[in-house]
Amino acid sequence: MSPLNIEKGSTSHSAYDLRSHLSDVIESHTLAILVDNEAGVLARVIGLFSGRGYNIDSLTVAEVDHEGHLSRINIVTSGTPQIIHQIKMQLERMVPVHEVYDLTVAGPHVSRELALIKFKGKGDHRVEALRIAEIFRANVVDSTLESFIFEMTGTPEKIDAFSDLMRPLGSVRVSRTGVAAMLRGA
Amino acid sequence: MTEMTGAKMVVEALKEQGVDTVFGYPGGAVLPIYDEIFQQNEIRHILVRHEQGAVHAAEGYARSTGKPGVVLVTSGPGATNAVTGITDALMDSIPLVVLTGQVPTFVIGSDAFQEADTVGITRPCTKMNWLVKDTDNLASTIHEGFYIATTGRPGPVVIDIPKDVQFATGTYKKKPKESPSHYRPQVKGDIEMITALVEALETAERPIFYTGGGVINSGPGANQLLRELVDATNVPITSTLMGLGSYPASGKNWLGMLGMHGLYEANMAMHGCDLMICVGARFDDRITGRIADFSPGSRKAHIDIDPSSINKVIHADFPIIGDVGHVLEDLLKVWKSRGRKTNAEGIAKWQAQISEWREVRCLTYKASDTIIKPQYALERLEALTKDRDRYITTEVGQHQMWAAQFLGFEDPNRWMTSGGLGTMGYGVPASVGVQVAHPNSLVVNVAGEASWLMNMQEMGTATQYRLPVKQFILNNERLGMVRQWQELLHGERYSHSWSEALPDFVKLAEAFGAKGIRCSDPKDLDDAIMEMLDYDGPVIFDCLVEKHENCFPMIPSGKAHNDMLLGEADTQGAIDAKDSVLV
Repeated sequence: MSPLNIEKGSTSHSAYDLRSHLSDVIESHTLAILVDNEAGVLARVIGLFSGRGYNIDSLTVAEVDHEGHLSRINIVTSGTPQIIHQIKMQLERMVPVHEVYDLTVAGPHVSRELALIKFKGKGDHRVEALRIAEIFRANVVDSTLESFIFEMTGTPEKIDAFSDLMRPLGSVRVSRTGVAAMLRGA
Repeated sequence: MTEMTGAKMVVEALKEQGVDTVFGYPGGAVLPIYDEIFQQNEIRHILVRHEQGAVHAAEGYARSTGKPGVVLVTSGPGATNAVTGITDALMDSIPLVVLTGQVPTFVIGSDAFQEADTVGITRPCTKMNWLVKDTDNLASTIHEGFYIATTGRPGPVVIDIPKDVQFATGTYKKKPKESPSHYRPQVKGDIEMITALVEALETAERPIFYTGGGVINSGPGANQLLRELVDATNVPITSTLMGLGSYPASGKNWLGMLGMHGLYEANMAMHGCDLMICVGARFDDRITGRIADFSPGSRKAHIDIDPSSINKVIHADFPIIGDVGHVLEDLLKVWKSRGRKTNAEGIAKWQAQISEWREVRCLTYKASDTIIKPQYALERLEALTKDRDRYITTEVGQHQMWAAQFLGFEDPNRWMTSGGLGTMGYGVPASVGVQVAHPNSLVVNVAGEASWLMNMQEMGTATQYRLPVKQFILNNERLGMVRQWQELLHGERYSHSWSEALPDFVKLAEAFGAKGIRCSDPKDLDDAIMEMLDYDGPVIFDCLVEKHENCFPMIPSGKAHNDMLLGEADTQGAIDAKDSVLV
């Protein structure tokens, strides 16, 4: 039908070809979002994610500047590069959002999570649990004759590794805070 | 700094913002504000018949004047009834300030009478919203609301005001010279990217402008700059439904509307171009058709004030974030300073190719001298009204597409339609809002009978305020667009797409205190339209048209721009089962 004989499905031949972001590999990104600390702001941000079908893998939020009424929301999300780009653009245009940092893109960053892990077990398993806790530098913050609560801080992967190791030894329950993250350097 | 009640603050703040008209409906939770409105004469309140009507009327007012529309409704059902209109305004980027009453702060959360979580309900369908809990913050929040609604990509804001905040006394804060908000959208485009685009424009063989509602939102200056640029470069231009009027329909480079029911020449030119300059449009699915086959041979520039619109659907080779007016100004400046170059030879060939496409005459329909064809009705309406000071609103459906195809718009702000959300019931209240803003102009609502019925109660508003709106109903006793899709996609099983018990529109007009006219014979049509135009008051025109007419051209969903159906003969087996899941 087209007199121009453009082949179907051919793509743009652009001098500014930045098409790498059209890849469909799922990436995980840590975003830090500085927002006005006002009623409903968290609902606004979360509503964006649920309304547009984006993922939230982890979420933390707390006030970081009492004078300036600013809160920091850390979100770990996943999607294709195009989706991640769209998430950032959608966040940035929200009225109460001051800044959006993509720590995954910005460079090396520190991300830490706090976890409380309750372990129930008996006999040798109790001893083994304590030994593993020592290796992971987890502190015992509560103890009964049948249980411990360990407190540990680390990357999400470290907490996963610790709780995975504990599971074969007894029943394990975990309470995690979600990721707090910051860029390295000044 | 003066002390006053919250209710008085609302009225004062509206006055300070230059508001002359409010569309609203009273109720328990806004009585203090209505009491203040009663005691002044500067702001005119238009009493609608349903809160959805208030919002669409305010949209019509805003779209036809360039000013923000203001709505005042009560808590609970008042606010929830407004939600459809607010969502419509968000999708079409219409600036609105919607004030909702709320139950007193001390009963919020107790499931009080007419309580609804208005801020929660409207969060996803507003640009921003606020619950004002302290009278001292009320005036500044209203000023902030106007700033947010009208700055950057415009949109609706909701300000929820509990009744005790309206009664309490506080300090009125004047409109600040500069908004204290950190919200500062970028208006100037990146000059390097603009220069790169000018370079591409200088050499392009098959360039095209694809413009949208953003040009109209940017203001009269932006429309002037667009016209200057298009005519100086001799580049063909097409527009979305929302952008009609930014370039005149009589202009030599005008291709007509593009998209699902766009013109053949416009869609073919989009498909075949080598440089597409998108100005204030957003690559909606009604525009692109199948993404993978969308304009495969072109480099694409995208000028938009909303960064999230760029690269959302279609990759932009020249992404330019900024206000259309500012960017076009810089674009023209750079293009002129570099010597006003274009690839004249290439463009001449391109224009010749487009002329061939025009020869297809895609809007041709089978004429009849016994039945009024809807296209014929619009051709006659166009012929008899085009030289008047005319504003057109529409409902949603086939008639809306035919209106976009057959009516010509010479200026911006003359065409009010529900584009993004596709809200049936938009047209009647929108025509009321437009007529309020332009009392001496001709306002015609091109309607289908099914859509028209959805907000017909606003005829009461038209009669009350002596608004001579003309309701031009193309009555096919069908939900025409639904019927068309059922014919093409669902084996002609016409599930619930006709109306068996329609009212007598002439008697209905009389019941509303309006004039009713019925016409079913093409020979009588011109006289009947003239009778409608000559009548000094609201008219309901029941134009009985062909019941089974389909709207062409049509790009079936899931198809590319060059897969257009041009008429009935093309429709056999055109859409396969896989694509029928797309809306």
